[in-house]
Amino acid sequence: MLKESLLDPARASFRKIVPAGEYLLHVVKDGETVRIVDVEGNQAADTLFFNADDPHERYSAMDTIREQGNVYLSVGTTIRSDLCRPMLKITADTVGRHDTLGGACASEANTVRYALEKKSMHSCRDTYLLAVTENEGLGLTKRDIGHNINFFMNVPITPDGGLTFADGVSGPGKYVEMEALMNVIVLISNCPQLNNPCNAYNPTPLEVLIWNKGT
Amino acid sequence: MSEFTYKDTLPGGKHWSLVMRRRTALKLVDVEGGANVGMLFYNPANLLERYNAPDTLKCQHTFKLTRGHCLYSDMGRIFCSIIEDTSGWHDTVCGNTTKAMVTARWGGESFQAHRNDWQQNGHDSFLIEAGKYGLGRRDLAASVNWFSKVGTAEDGRMFFDASAARAGATVVLRFEMDTLVLLHTCPHPLDPSPTYPRKPVTYEIGVADPVGAGDFCLNSAPENGRGFENNRLFHIGCEH
Repeated sequence: MLKESLLDPARASFRKIVPAGEYLLHVVKDGETVRIVDVEGNQAADTLFFNADDPHERYSAMDTIREQGNVYLSVGTTIRSDLCRPMLKITADTVGRHDTLGGACASEANTVRYALEKKSMHSCRDTYLLAVTENEGLGLTKRDIGHNINFFMNVPITPDGGLTFADGVSGPGKYVEMEALMNVIVLISNCPQLNNPCNAYNPTPLEVLIWNKGT
Repeated sequence: MSEFTYKDTLPGGKHWSLVMRRRTALKLVDVEGGANVGMLFYNPANLLERYNAPDTLKCQHTFKLTRGHCLYSDMGRIFCSIIEDTSGWHDTVCGNTTKAMVTARWGGESFQAHRNDWQQNGHDSFLIEAGKYGLGRRDLAASVNWFSKVGTAEDGRMFFDASAARAGATVVLRFEMDTLVLLHTCPHPLDPSPTYPRKPVTYEIGVADPVGAGDFCLNSAPENGRGFENNRLFHIGCEH
């Protein structure tokens, strides 16, 4: 569902460009709103959430899609944890549909999907592993890297149970916006995938904005 | 045809775990129809390597699991291949029932009142089995729900297809590396049954036939050829 935001970027309390191949790890407090912008279009924002007060509670794709009875994420989606608790809700979306079935790229998965010699190419899981290791005070390890959301990616399911990787429905400047329902750590890997036509083999920057509660 | 030398029944609403060795087969039968078998997979040599449903689905361009599909770890290796399946569609995205869910839907009958006919849930079942190997909640992932079909409409709405259940439905997994298997027979979280579905499942263990060059799972997608090659590299030096 398409819905534009009324929030003014000039009044955001936080603004940061995340280049492809890098990560953003930031706390969004209960009641704050976070926007992820697909700056140049069709870029995958591989996103994980953790409860900032107990990081071992994390985003759960299964709980999120099952409880809403729909495999796609958009306005109205409540993003849930592995304890089935609401973490955030999607409040604005100019794309209309986001994937959470396709997971993140990894060196090892790239060998299977593309070619055995692709294993030295940068991947989202490498980014995640660096992020949790560089922020070891959070107590997160590989165990905590669950199934992520792929904001801006379109992965339609066919009636006979196939999975297709369709052309993106995103575009330059499109965004998704979420209100935090608890204190959450947002961890975004801006996908460095160079083997997938979904980003035209050209990973581009994302922008992240945060507004204080009641802005 | 694989030869099965062990057979046991897991009643509905129970859990168990076992290590399946490379080149063994596990046969599951939905005895009465309407069973659900939740299952997770880990590498006993590195428990941080675990079943990854997204990798499994995207590399085989599928939303359902059936014959010909391989179940991948998050390290690009194949835990097991689905070499037989009379069911045609198994879910791997819906997760588990929880205690709260079972209580809300079916009353959540307690052990105190109902002894071993209590209403166990899939989440707690996995926690118990995971705990036997030093694993915990953080180690759980999207599980397979054998014998449960969940389809989607064009707009993404999900529906549980109870009409897909068949008494005697059978699935056979051939293990391509040593694998720790956690399983439960608790209901699927979208099962609309008015009463707690308590459906038994038989499981049989045996030695699998070798993987030949014309193997259906090996050849069902070029991705699986590369997955098998990753397994071959993992096992270099293990041949006798």
